[in-house]
Amino acid sequence: MLEATGLALSAGGRELVRGLDLSLAPGQCWALLGRNGAGKTSLILALAGLRPPRSGAIALDGVPLAAMRRRDLARRVSVLLQDEDSDFWGSVLDYVMLGRYPGSRSVSSTRVWGRDEEGLARARGLLAELDLAEREAQAYRTLSGGERQRARIAQVLVQDADIVLLDEPLQHLDLRHQAQVMRTLAARAAGGKTVLAALHEPAHAARHCGFSVLLYDAGRASLGRSSDMLIQANLEALYRCRLEAGAWSPLPS
Amino acid sequence: MKAAPLLVLLLVPASLALAIAFGSVDLGPAALADALLGRGDEIAREIVWGVRAPRALAAFACGGLLALAGSLLQVLLRNPLADPAILGVSGGAAAGALAAMLLGAAAAGVNLAALAGAALAAAAVFTFSLGRSGWNPYRVLLTGVALASGFGALVGLMLAIAPSSQVQGMLFWLLGDLSPAGDPTAALAVLAACAGLAFSQSGPLDVLVLGEDKARSLGVAVTRLQAIAFGCATLATVAAVLLGGAIGFVGLVVPHLLRLSGVHRHAALLPLAACLGGGLLVLADTLARTVAAPAELPVGVLTAMIGVPVLLVLLVRLR
Repeated sequence: MLEATGLALSAGGRELVRGLDLSLAPGQCWALLGRNGAGKTSLILALAGLRPPRSGAIALDGVPLAAMRRRDLARRVSVLLQDEDSDFWGSVLDYVMLGRYPGSRSVSSTRVWGRDEEGLARARGLLAELDLAEREAQAYRTLSGGERQRARIAQVLVQDADIVLLDEPLQHLDLRHQAQVMRTLAARAAGGKTVLAALHEPAHAARHCGFSVLLYDAGRASLGRSSDMLIQANLEALYRCRLEAGAWSPLPS
Repeated sequence: MKAAPLLVLLLVPASLALAIAFGSVDLGPAALADALLGRGDEIAREIVWGVRAPRALAAFACGGLLALAGSLLQVLLRNPLADPAILGVSGGAAAGALAAMLLGAAAAGVNLAALAGAALAAAAVFTFSLGRSGWNPYRVLLTGVALASGFGALVGLMLAIAPSSQVQGMLFWLLGDLSPAGDPTAALAVLAACAGLAFSQSGPLDVLVLGEDKARSLGVAVTRLQAIAFGCATLATVAAVLLGGAIGFVGLVVPHLLRLSGVHRHAALLPLAACLGGGLLVLADTLARTVAAPAELPVGVLTAMIGVPVLLVLLVRLR
């Protein structure tokens, strides 16, 4: 259980979130919605323990994140960051296997690749699930933007953490792969993991995520069941635009 | 390209053998073999064991240190152009050494002044690179480049005002020269220590390639890793510069040669970089000693003359 209480976040002197109470339980899939600059990334970075919040507490099973060792935290929480401009020279499989690093035995271990048979099987399974099985041996640098994004998602999932935080997992993805990634994430939640993903398409949130957090302007937020949250009035207030009822684009099943 | 690691490992004994076999005096195969076994002519033994072997080992240590520092700095600063000179350490050492030469100091004084200059530059880079949010690669790059420019100006000034009799010695120092290297034991020890320390961090360094935040999220203690790697690179650079002056290009090109050949994991990249950098500098130094014998060329000129075409050919082949 990842819990934030009285959370306040700001970036560049701007208040993004104020007094947010959020608890993410095992088996739940959360969508995080909000306009550009609403604080989605800041919230994910704070929940992952990568940026200390301005105030408030974040705890994992009752232990404050700040008190946990990086390595212990990495075994429990994995995170997909929005931009990673990595200069990675190895193959796609090598890239995905870096996600196994937290589980390797010692800090100085060089066996990130190789003997981790279980990890390799999981990585190959994820690559197949994300339509990248044929790219396994290809150089990561030569992938397209959408293929890279799926490889990055595979890297996050191969980490096999209890809590999976994803900042815009659907960026660069075509419609088919958007649905595929959402199904993959929902399946992880159904299997007992906690998933929270920042999304821009409410239809994905409505179909695959049981719960939603809406970040409004001026630090205001609301959260609850997606069926209650993702209603037209809320979304129009959230995105500050008119929505034509029933005009949402159909999604692949 | 699985052949690359094997070729690099073969380069080490091959380059050392060439360095011992060739020099301004032609010993001939029989005398060489005798001298290697500690028999025969005393002068030949002295040439092999007293002159050529220590010089070859000094070149190996120097090249290995530079390549190791370059490999670490390229991942640390996430910049493919990073090389040991970017720390400003070589510039600081050069300014110190030239100032000592200008004041008429003996070799020991020149070395001491070079060490002081290098230490000053390293301390300055460390100090100014710490931003409010900790250690920042961009600040390191900018500080290093700024310091290197400042030291470059000082060096230019000293060259301009130095009496012409001193200028050639200064130029050799600046271009990189292994003739005054002396006993290589200490440098080899620093190389072994730096390589060992860097190797122990090869797993986290692999992860650091993904970026600082991602590495943190995967459990790497990034600040500590950066401090270790930066300290290691600085120590290696200082040791290399004290040994051979400002030898350029080895630290920049060797890591790229390996990556272009398919070596990217640091557990393999770091030791192979030390071997390749060492082997290449031994070859370059052997050429520097023999091409225009009995005169010696500055080895730094030869490293660039060998390194530039090799890198360009690899780039073209892998386009």
